[in-house]
Formats: sequence, C-alpha cells, structure tokens
Amino acid sequence: MNAEPMNVSGSPLRDEGEVLLAVQNVSLRFGGVKAITDVSFDIRKGEVRAIIGPNGAGKTSMLNCINGFYQPQEGQISFKGQRRDRMKPHRAAAAGIARTFQNVALFKGMSTLDNIMTGRTLKMKRGFFWQALRHGPAMTEEIEHRRVVEDIIDFLQIEHIRKLPVGKLPYGLQKRVELGRALAMEPELLLLDEPMAGMNLEEKEDMCRFILDVNQQFGTTIALIEHDMGVVMDLSDRVVVLEYGRKIADGTPSEVKADQKVIDAYLGVAH
Amino acid sequence: MFYREAGQFKSTYAADMAVFPIRQDRIGLAIILLIAFIGIPLIGNDFFITSVMIPFLVFSLAAIGLNILTGYTGLISLGTAAFMGVGAYACYKLTTAFPGVNIIVLILVSGLFSAAIGVLFGLPSLRIKGFYLAVATLAAQFFLQWAFVRVPWLFNYNASGAIEVPQRLLFGIPVTGASASPETRYFVCLCLVIVMTWFASNLVHGKIGRSWMAVRDMDIAAELMGIKLLNAKLLAFAVSSFYAGVAGAMMIFLWYGGGEAADVFNIRLSFNILFMVIIGGLGSLIGSFFGAAFIASLPTIMKFGLPALGVPMSGATAEHVTFMLVGALIIIFLIVEPHGLARLWQIGKQKLRTWPFPY
Amino acid sequence: MSDVAARPAPNLLANPWIKAGLIVAGLIAAAMLGARLDGSGTLYKIFIDPFDQMAAAPDLLAQTIWEGLVSGVLYALIALGFVLIFKASGVFNFAQGIMVVFAALTLVGLHEKGVPAWLAVILTLGVMFLLAVAIERVVLRPLVNQPDIILFMATFGITYFLIGFGESVFGGSPKQMIADQLYLPKGAIDLKILGGLVSLQKIDIAAAIIASVMIAVLALFFQYTRIGRALRAVADSHKAALSVGISLNQIWVIVWFTAGIVALITGIMWGARSDVSFALEIVALKALPVLILGGFTSIPGAIIGGLIIGIGEKIGEFYWGPLIGGGIESWLAYFIALGFLLFRPQGLFGDKIIERI
Repeated sequence: MNAEPMNVSGSPLRDEGEVLLAVQNVSLRFGGVKAITDVSFDIRKGEVRAIIGPNGAGKTSMLNCINGFYQPQEGQISFKGQRRDRMKPHRAAAAGIARTFQNVALFKGMSTLDNIMTGRTLKMKRGFFWQALRHGPAMTEEIEHRRVVEDIIDFLQIEHIRKLPVGKLPYGLQKRVELGRALAMEPELLLLDEPMAGMNLEEKEDMCRFILDVNQQFGTTIALIEHDMGVVMDLSDRVVVLEYGRKIADGTPSEVKADQKVIDAYLGVAH
Repeated sequence: MFYREAGQFKSTYAADMAVFPIRQDRIGLAIILLIAFIGIPLIGNDFFITSVMIPFLVFSLAAIGLNILTGYTGLISLGTAAFMGVGAYACYKLTTAFPGVNIIVLILVSGLFSAAIGVLFGLPSLRIKGFYLAVATLAAQFFLQWAFVRVPWLFNYNASGAIEVPQRLLFGIPVTGASASPETRYFVCLCLVIVMTWFASNLVHGKIGRSWMAVRDMDIAAELMGIKLLNAKLLAFAVSSFYAGVAGAMMIFLWYGGGEAADVFNIRLSFNILFMVIIGGLGSLIGSFFGAAFIASLPTIMKFGLPALGVPMSGATAEHVTFMLVGALIIIFLIVEPHGLARLWQIGKQKLRTWPFPY
Repeated sequence: MSDVAARPAPNLLANPWIKAGLIVAGLIAAAMLGARLDGSGTLYKIFIDPFDQMAAAPDLLAQTIWEGLVSGVLYALIALGFVLIFKASGVFNFAQGIMVVFAALTLVGLHEKGVPAWLAVILTLGVMFLLAVAIERVVLRPLVNQPDIILFMATFGITYFLIGFGESVFGGSPKQMIADQLYLPKGAIDLKILGGLVSLQKIDIAAAIIASVMIAVLALFFQYTRIGRALRAVADSHKAALSVGISLNQIWVIVWFTAGIVALITGIMWGARSDVSFALEIVALKALPVLILGGFTSIPGAIIGGLIIGIGEKIGEFYWGPLIGGGIESWLAYFIALGFLLFRPQGLFGDKIIERI
C-alpha cells in the first residue's frame, strides 16, 4: 500500500478523497528521447483531474503509461492501492480503466451499437459453445447487455445513429460514440484524451455536460487532457501541468492559473 | 413496392438482433432453401450437381472460413488450400483407422486437426502484421504441401501417393466412394454447409464476432477494451482453419472422390479462395457464397458456355482466356465496387426498398 | 528488453526465456521427427554430421554456397523490383514475379517471330513501358486511396491477366532464352581450390556483375536525379509530394517502368539458366520471404535478404534436406524468414517500430 498522496495541495472540495491512482516518479524514454521525466501525481476517487501542458509535454504518453500501453522504465503506478508492474492494456481494462483517444480510435467498419457493445466484452461471460449457438444463455446475456448499451445511447442522445457505421459519422458524433464505448465498460477511472479537440462551441458545451454528468451521476473518476483553458478551469477539480515531460505545477485550477511557471510555459519567457 | 419493412415493428431486443430482421428476407431465405433441397435435385442432372453445385458448396464453405480470418479479423492468409489439405488427409487417416465411425462425424473431426495446425501457423500473427503475415502463411502453404507428398504415412504408403476414398454408409446409403450417387453427396454437402453457415453467422453476430472486427479495425483500441489480441487472433485462425479443413475433407470425399490430393491443394487454390472472399465482399457471409458462385462457375462457363454460343475455342485457348478474364474481372470488380458483390447486393436491396419512389 | 519503451503485449517472444524455450522445443521436435524416419543416431545426423561433411569436403561447401549466391541474386532482383514499387506507391505488387516471366517471354517470343535480338530487347522495353502506362491508367488511377488490400488484390488481377495474355500470345510451352544472341557467356570456369573442383558457370558470374551494376545505377538514379528525389518524396508521403507539385501519375509510370526493366534483366538472367515458362511463377514467390527479411522498403535489404535466403536454402537442402526426405527447398526460405521475424519483426534494416496513439 502506498496510497499516501505526494502533493497535498488539493482542492478544498475533495481534499479528503481516497487516492484511486498514484503515479510515482515515472520516467519514460523512447530510445534516447525522454518523453516523461520523474513525474508524480495522484488521482482521487470521484474527482475530475486535468492534465495540461504545451504540445509535446508528454500528456498522452502519461495516459498511455497509466493504461499499460507503454511501459515506463522507472517509477511505478498503483491503482486502487495495488502496485502494477508490466501492466498490459487488457488487464488495465479489466481493472476498471477505460479511455478515449486523441484521434478517434473507433472500429470504423462497425455500427455505433456494435462499437459500444465491444465495451461490454469483458462483462460477457458466455463462452465459445453458447456463442456459436446464439440461443439460450448467450442470447439472454446479449439482451441484458444490449439494455445497458441502450441506456448509454439514450444518455448520449445518439439514438438516431444506432445502426450506422461509425466511419461515416461526423467528427463530433464519433467523439460521442467513443465516450459511449468507454462508458460501456463501467470504468472506475475514465481517461479522456482531448475529448473536445476539433469541436465547435456547441459540441464542446454538449461534451462538457456529458463529462460532468458522467462524473456526478455515475461517480466515475475522470482524468482528462484538454487544451481549452476555459473548459479545464470549469470542469476540473485539480490540475497537473506538464512541460517537456516534467511536472511544473499541481493544484486547483485557480492555484495553477496563478503559478508563474505555468504562465511562463504557456506564454513563453525570455531567458 | 414488395420489399418494404414499413409496419414491421420490433418490440424486443431479440427481434431487433435477428440476423434477418426483415420479413421479406426471411421469406427469400426459405425459398432459396426450398430450391436447394427440392428444386435442384429434381431438375438438375448429374453433371450440373457434380460439377456446379457441389464445387460451389465446397468453395463457399472454404470462403466462409477465409472470410472469418481475412474479412472479419483482418489477417490475410495465402495458405487456405493447405489447411483444406490437412482436413482431407486427416479425414482419410481417420476413416481408414476407424472405419466404423460415421463419416460425417469424421469430416467434422478432421476440421479440428486443421484448426490445431491453423493455430500453430497463426502464432506468428502475434508479432507480424499485414502483408508480412500474408507471406508467413505461405510457409504453411508450402510446408504442408511438401508434407502431403513426402510423408507417406499420410496416404497410408500408397505407391501412387493418392488418396483412395473408401465407401462409407450413412443410414445404409453410400455417401462416399464410387457408388455414392451425386444427389446423396449433394445433400450431405448442403446440410453441412447450412449448419456450419448458421454457426458462423452466430459467431460473427455475437461477442466473438465483435472482438474479431475490433481487432481488424483498430487493434490497439480493442486491446484497451479488454480484448486479448492473441486469443482473438488465434481463435480466428482456429475457426477459419476448421472451416477450411471441413471444406477440404468434403472436397476429396464428396466431390473428387480421391486422387492426387497434394496437387489439388496448391497455392492456386489458396489464391482462388482469396479471390472469392474479396470479390464476394470482405466481412460478409453472404458475400462468400456470391464469390464462390462467381469464381467456381467462371471456368465452367468458359469451357462449356462459349462453344454453346458458337464461339469456337480449343481447350488450351479457353484456359488462357479464362485466366485473362478472371484477371480483368478482378480488376474491374475492385474498381467498380471494392466492397464486393455483398455491397452491390445491399445497394440493390436499398434501391428495391425505396422503389418506385426513391425520394 | 532494450530500454526502448515498446508495447508490452506483442513482445511475448522478445522474452529471452520464451525464445530459448521455443528454440529448444523446435529442436526436440526436429529430433523426434528425425527419430521417426531412421530410428538411430538422429541427433548426430542433425547437429554433427552435416558440419563433418562441410569440413571434409570444403569444395562441395564452396560450390553449394556459390549456387546459393546465384539463386540469391535472382531472388534479390525480383525483390528489388518489388521494393521499387512498394516505396513509391505503397502497392504490394504481387505481379512482379509474373512481370519477370512476361518480359522474358515477350523477348523470346519476338525473337522467334524473326525480330533481331537487340531490336527485340528494345521492343520488349517498349512493351514494358506500355504495360506500366496501362497499369497506371487502368488499375492504379481508379483505385487511388483505396485500402492496401484492395490494391494488393488488384495486382493479383494483373498477375492472372498477364499469365493468360502471355500464354495466349506466345503459347504455353517452355522456351529457350536467346542467350547467345545477346552475347551472354556460356560454359563454366573450373577452379581448383580447397582440394577439389569448384565449377562456376560464366552466366552466373555475368548475372552477379550485371545485378551489381544495375543496383549501383539505381542507387545513383535515386540519389542524384530530379526524378529520384521526387520518387523518394512520394515514398515518404503521397499527400506531401502532391502538395509540392509532384505528379503522382507520372511517378507511378516511371516506377512501374523501372520495375519492368528490372524484370526484363532478371528474366534474361533467369531464362539463360533454365527455360522461360510460367513455372517460374512459383519460384518468383521466393522473393516474398526475401522481402520479409530485408524489409519492404529497403534496397540493400532486398539484396542481402536475397543472398541470405539463397545461400540458406541451398545449404539447408544439401546438408539437412536428405534427413527428412529432401525437397525442403520449397518451404525452407519461408521458415528462415519466419524464424528471423520472431527476433526482428521490422526486418534487417527496418527501424524499431514505436506505436503511437
């Protein structure tokens, strides 16, 4: 157990929250290139945690480390108090970490419904035999999960595109389907990689509302990367700021906004 | 006008998830099955049944197998014929070792052997992707073909190296061997193909099919959904090779009735089945049937159709022209509709749905 | 594992223990297979006897390596044509092997019809140019932006069409290459070395020299001409190349024509060693494991891969083939390539792949 938070500069709201995920002294290299250097922070249960920073700061690499897609060379990540070494992505998924991607990574040849249904894969237990019959228990199970998926479809208001192949949907809707697919996993921790990139104002407002609803209605902990500072300040409880793979600030939105290092990083500084 | 789904409401998820949710489609399917079971045996002569229908069924099954691997899971294989060969030789070994066991059971069991070999050669798919994997499957093709010739144990040390299909009975009627009637063999093929198509359809419409397609469309995201890539890929190899193996056993036992099997399961056959899948439509079961019908019937049409139309042609020329035609047709098809006959079929249905008022 | 942060999941085989385990399992399986066939002294026959033979008769070993080198050069030439096309258009050109046969067949066919040899060569080049234009117009242009597998299948279509077309025009029977008329050398040079006789066919030496010259010319062409630069630009990114005003259609014709020239030279060399027929098609497939080994985009990779495969399969066939019944040349190349891939999935000269998301 190493649930002791490293930085106790938390928000007044969620100060006592239990630590869900702790990142400790993580470093990641690609050959000679350092993507992340000695970064530590934590995510508490029930909060919305933003990761911000200029382009190339290592934000996406950080998410990739958290869900096991990259293996950091140094440091450790523990989830729900359990330390994980050499985590594999499918194990992270089983442990309750879901995510969306910067460039939409939907299954383009499948319908919206099927895409969201893949999110239920881990929860479906019937094996090959029943699947081949597609009757009896397999069908009961399929219907049960279809019901859950339909609830998500209702929640995200995408009923009309249920049976369309996602490859042909407009970008904003694709992002929404991707969120739906992650929600279908009923994750404890939801990682959102620039959920609002490339959206217009109206779509951004919709997405913000969905994120807040997910956080409040389902109690899902959310970590998000976002460039739109207005959105970050409105949505998040705490913010961690990365620059060139290093952490330069960590705290509530207002604390971070006032931090001189952060201002320098974003506006540039004369050395 | 006749093909409408208006007024057909679904009140349960089960009805909405049916493979043929539209009533007219179900009626169409019933009619096709009626023709297949009653019409064709009644009106078709022996020649039609043995050199058109049985090859069509065998190729359809093989194409379904490859479609599961290539169309649904996105793994290209150039070794289908070799896996068919494994099925054929396994069936031969099994039926000579256990002459008392029902031949249908043995045909299905030989598919399991093929599945095991398929998994073995599917292991590199963990590391290799795309065209690299396609080349790796050539290893299976050439190695197994070599084994069919060089390991005499496989053909029971026959001097000729050929498989001799023994006579086997089903309910007292010969289904394999020289005395089996074309109709009997056709019925056996038909039943096997229908049952296995049904299983394939169940698999691809459920959790397993979704995992396969997820791996095909975006393997990284699939992994983050909790799908184990290796398991999904190996399962696809196993199921695909199972289908190929059964098709291979059917090919030798119910169609060829024996012969130099090693020559039959050559790389040309692998390519042909890949054509069927591509022309029929990747990721479509019904497309596999279309593709099989198209590629399997083309040589027959060239050989017998053109002279009947008064175009004189020697056997050799016909063969060359067939090659050219197949090549040209493949290119034309890919240009006109890269998603294959299955997509054309869908478009046709959509047109029919809105006909005669398309707006 | 190296310190490169690669993805964990597909790296099961990167684990040295698993690798070692697989190798041991493979050896045991091979030993058991051997035991089935002869029953005694199998391990000796696999691990010791072949090397004994090599040491006892170094001239035979040299001869085998030379034979392998020569067929390796031919594999490399086919792979080279393939790499050219893959680099510039991203098309996995399955038809390269058939283009070799087709070029050789056209040359011989024209000569049979009474065309002087050198004129026939020029005419064949013209035919290959027309073929390049036709392929670009009829196949590539309408299929631009389609997925790779569609283009791959289209080259299958080209393969079948060329087989049918070639056989319709020139007949299906094997033909003699017009080696004499093209002043290709005949006969052999016998070297008395290593305590024996190593016989080198002059045509093989010529093939090796011509191949080296051609590769050098291609390298210079790529490096120092305007078209070469455009080709490299297209290879990197189609869209970026288009945006700086490079005509893709023109580049594709040039590349396919270049591949056609390579095919003709390969066809002449190959035809001079055996006869010209579509049976070469299967042999031409051996270029594919060469590509696996060398990487799809590397010209040096194609050459070194070709040599490794050529020598590997000749030595394997000669020293180990008899143990399991011979004829293993038909699949050994693929297994060499496969075994290699387990250790270096990116090929000999490829860069380590970092997957991003």
